[in-house]
Amino acid sequence: MSGVPLEPVYGPDDAELPGQYPYTRGPHASMYRSRLWTMRQFAGFGTAEDTNVRFKELLRAGGSGLSTAFDMPTLMGRDSDDPLALGEVGKAGVAVDTLADMEDLFADIDLGSVSTSMTINSPAAYALAAYVALGDSTGVPRERLSGTIQNDILKEYQAQKEFVFPPRPSMRLVSDVVAFCTAELPRWHPISISGYHIREAGSTAAQELAFTLANGFAYVEAAQSTGLAVDAFAPRLSFFFNAHMDFFEEIAKYRAARRIWARWLRDRFGASSERSLQLRFHTQTAGVSLTAQQPEVNIARVAIEALAGVLGGTQSLHTDSFDEALALPTAKAARIALRTQQVIAHESGVVHVADPLGGSWFVESLTDEMERQAESVFAYLEELGGGSMLDGVIAAIEEGWFQGEIADAAYEFQKKLRDTRWIMVGANGFTEGDEHAPTTLYIDDAVEEKQLKRLAAVKHARDDDAVAAALDRLRADAASPDVNLMPALLDAAKSYASVGEAMGALESVFGTWVEQPRV
Amino acid sequence: MSQPIRVLIAKVGLDGHDRGPKVVARILRDAGIEVIYAGLRQTPAMIAETAREEDVDVVGLSMHNGAHRTLVPAVVQALRAADSDAAVVVGGIVPDVDVPKLRDAGVAAVLGPGAGADEVVAAVEAAASARTGS
Repeated sequence: MSGVPLEPVYGPDDAELPGQYPYTRGPHASMYRSRLWTMRQFAGFGTAEDTNVRFKELLRAGGSGLSTAFDMPTLMGRDSDDPLALGEVGKAGVAVDTLADMEDLFADIDLGSVSTSMTINSPAAYALAAYVALGDSTGVPRERLSGTIQNDILKEYQAQKEFVFPPRPSMRLVSDVVAFCTAELPRWHPISISGYHIREAGSTAAQELAFTLANGFAYVEAAQSTGLAVDAFAPRLSFFFNAHMDFFEEIAKYRAARRIWARWLRDRFGASSERSLQLRFHTQTAGVSLTAQQPEVNIARVAIEALAGVLGGTQSLHTDSFDEALALPTAKAARIALRTQQVIAHESGVVHVADPLGGSWFVESLTDEMERQAESVFAYLEELGGGSMLDGVIAAIEEGWFQGEIADAAYEFQKKLRDTRWIMVGANGFTEGDEHAPTTLYIDDAVEEKQLKRLAAVKHARDDDAVAAALDRLRADAASPDVNLMPALLDAAKSYASVGEAMGALESVFGTWVEQPRV
Repeated sequence: MSQPIRVLIAKVGLDGHDRGPKVVARILRDAGIEVIYAGLRQTPAMIAETAREEDVDVVGLSMHNGAHRTLVPAVVQALRAADSDAAVVVGGIVPDVDVPKLRDAGVAAVLGPGAGADEVVAAVEAAASARTGS
């Protein structure tokens, strides 16, 4: 502001630099000087038409990417008319049953010029197929489709619990998506390896870091075992981390993540392309850090968390809305959340220098400690897997190890709250002044009826023979372990076979996964 | 000394977010309450069956994704149909306007985000004693 000339980066002559191995200080030399992070706000509720309106509002308000929240039936691969979907249609995200809903969701939006993130896991391959089918039918070349499909099934078994099939066939679907994207969608990120949900489920920052990177190693190993060269797919892998309240620890976590990934990809997996070694990540502020009490205070929390993400060098960012401990955000709350990012980007000045905290004794020491804790988890998993991270991660899932570690950490935090060893302002301290609840978004049950009519109309209008043939092919391909399932899923999506029908076909071959309930 | 309170904790519906119910289960155990954790993706019929077999005093349901208006009354009905008079306590994200609807449907208590451990234990104990008194 005062006109002091700034260098792009600071440090002694022999300092590690951003854009150089092991990338602790950032994947790129110039960081936000040349390009700000992508402000990507997660949105989705009601019918596809409802969410399309919100998408267009976010783009008009200066958002630079779309991010789709699906409803629970869609996330579990069930149609809106499934008996188990009752009461859940369109409630916590948008209902997408068929390609027809995908058409409505992105109506009047040019798929060749936006980047789209789809947060979906068990049915990720079907959702991607439907998106590609939409691009094909609207004349957008596949090489121009840009975005991310979360497709991170391992953390579902560990934390978010939206699994359908057992781990091994699920890993096949993940690898099929990776192979398809490597061949057909050069601008697509086939997996977003996500610590976010691990943290929300209760893990510590160090566990989030360790479990997420271990999952990343497992995906690399799985893709390599199908014959893909690491440098062909690793440049398109991306990460997704939480930004919680412990400011410096979060920044250290992101810095450690980059350093660990670079070293493991180079030394363990033989990657040589610079892009393979550069960990790039999306950040979302911590939903669990928000309070239902005095919710406006959450605006301050989100600003602090978002700043940690930026100082940690994130490539894209979602800021939570202040009312999200109460409901899905209103349009106003979502706008304030986006404005918070814009304040950081355009007013705070933190964007002018790369890794401004690099060289801080405290931050460097914390970064080293995060790395050390993560390495001890990798050593445990590797031993469990007999030298294979993939086998180690799956074995640890099967014996409930991750789940237990996360539940223990969640309970430890709860005890800190109970004993007021940790204060959440408004919840267990400073509680006076919680008189006025804000107006929240209310999803009424009419959404479900509307979506059921929509699905019935689509099922009535489609060619039943084409659907049956596509589902037959999908079952046959699923039974042949060496066949990539994406072509059959594209066929299915284009025939307007629903997500429930496609997932049912796969389930008839793969079976299902049931978690042993353990507290 | 009376018998310890018995509570069944479950997730009903498709939502898999289980941090809340697992933490609550441990809070209740630490308070000397017997907890049966049914886990994920329970249907109302499954919950009613377990509640009757285990003769629980309270059923605790964790709801986060807006399905409470449909699923919680369905659990209450299934319990009564299975001859269980267990009280139902709901925890999670329930909009204020829906709380009276759940109470009308027979829910004993609704605990929102930020409810402390003592509040959770007190709500379960009150629900259990109301059941015993009925």
